[in-house]
Amino acid sequence: MNTRGLRSQLKDSVPVTGLCPQAGPYGVQDSLRRGFSSVKNELLPSHPLELSEKNFQLNQDKMNFNTLRNIQGLHAPLKLQMEYRAARQIQRLPFLPSSNLALDTLRGADDTIGFEDILNDPIQSEMMGDPHIMTEYKLGVL
Amino acid sequence: MATVSVCQYHRGGFSFENCKRNALLEADINKLGLSSPAARKTGTTICGLVYKDGVVLGADTRATEGMVVADKNCSKIHYISPNVYCCGAGTAADTEMTTQIISSNLELHSLSTGRPPRVATANRMLKQMLFRYQGYIGAALVLGGVDCNGPHLYSIYPHGSTDKLPYVTMGSGSLAAMAVFEDRYRPNMEEEEAKRLVRDAIAAGIFNDLGSGSNIDLCVITKGKVDYLRPHDMANKKGVRTGNYRYKHGTTGVLTKTVTPLNLEVVEESVQTMDTS
Repeated sequence: MNTRGLRSQLKDSVPVTGLCPQAGPYGVQDSLRRGFSSVKNELLPSHPLELSEKNFQLNQDKMNFNTLRNIQGLHAPLKLQMEYRAARQIQRLPFLPSSNLALDTLRGADDTIGFEDILNDPIQSEMMGDPHIMTEYKLGVL
Repeated sequence: MATVSVCQYHRGGFSFENCKRNALLEADINKLGLSSPAARKTGTTICGLVYKDGVVLGADTRATEGMVVADKNCSKIHYISPNVYCCGAGTAADTEMTTQIISSNLELHSLSTGRPPRVATANRMLKQMLFRYQGYIGAALVLGGVDCNGPHLYSIYPHGSTDKLPYVTMGSGSLAAMAVFEDRYRPNMEEEEAKRLVRDAIAAGIFNDLGSGSNIDLCVITKGKVDYLRPHDMANKKGVRTGNYRYKHGTTGVLTKTVTPLNLEVVEESVQTMDTS
């Protein structure tokens, strides 16, 4: 839940640079894996909310950690971030959905319902990623 | 193979993939001189007021889709929790989904705290969600209820600003309804007088605004009980047909009658069994 004021924390929000970095491992457009690129696609968001929604969770976390640091000192966000990092590693195979239960409980999102639970539920998606490709991407051999 | 989504598991929530395509389609359609379909709105009159024992919420029941009435008797007073109800104006789908999400969140929150929910909690949840989406969720709401601190009434605008007031109106007919409120509102009214005032305010919106019409729904919330009066007043009943253009039997006289039997013979007969197991 966003419980803190925004103004003092604006300097910490994620800056707007580009939308989706199309550069592959060698620094140029990776046509094979990411398709054709166009300058317009990369510079302008297709919807004013697209950027803010993509970074929403990140900005919330930054704001919360900053307020926590101001109130309780540096140790509080450090410990919490360590726990987040540990919880984020509890995943299934790359192509299977994981519930992220520990991460949700830490964030306090285990007893809230938002649009990400109702719209576009990944569990009910008609398409599935190819298991081989996704595992190779995760391991970095793709 | 050539998409990012192939490599990473995709997240839920709003997807902006089709926005560019929609913008292109919109431009093309406008070039042809046509217009794309409009979302169903509830150009509406909703209002609420605080009286001696609680809160009275009122709403009309017309939902419009452009210049056509889409629903003659839609329900605009949504349930949030046993002691909190919310009227919604604006895009019908937005108000419906927003109030349902907030109702679920409030229930989870009250189970987690172990206390009955408060109106201020619902207000804060709604304003934070609406501000997050910067007004793109077109939901203008009147939120009212009675909790441990007494009766409360809030009005919530689509961009996320809220007002806590003793009487509020929203929607396209809000000016007509507010005129009635400003004339006759007094603090600490009795229940009957409050119901009559809300009914008159909604009626003013219904008869003076094209976007509002049909019946008047009321919701009276007090400390122990909720009266959901739907419909409280059918201000616009469809008329009963007074005449009939049908001709009675025997109106037209029969001059002659000839009967011609058709001799049909069976050419072929085949039987197809159905699998009814």
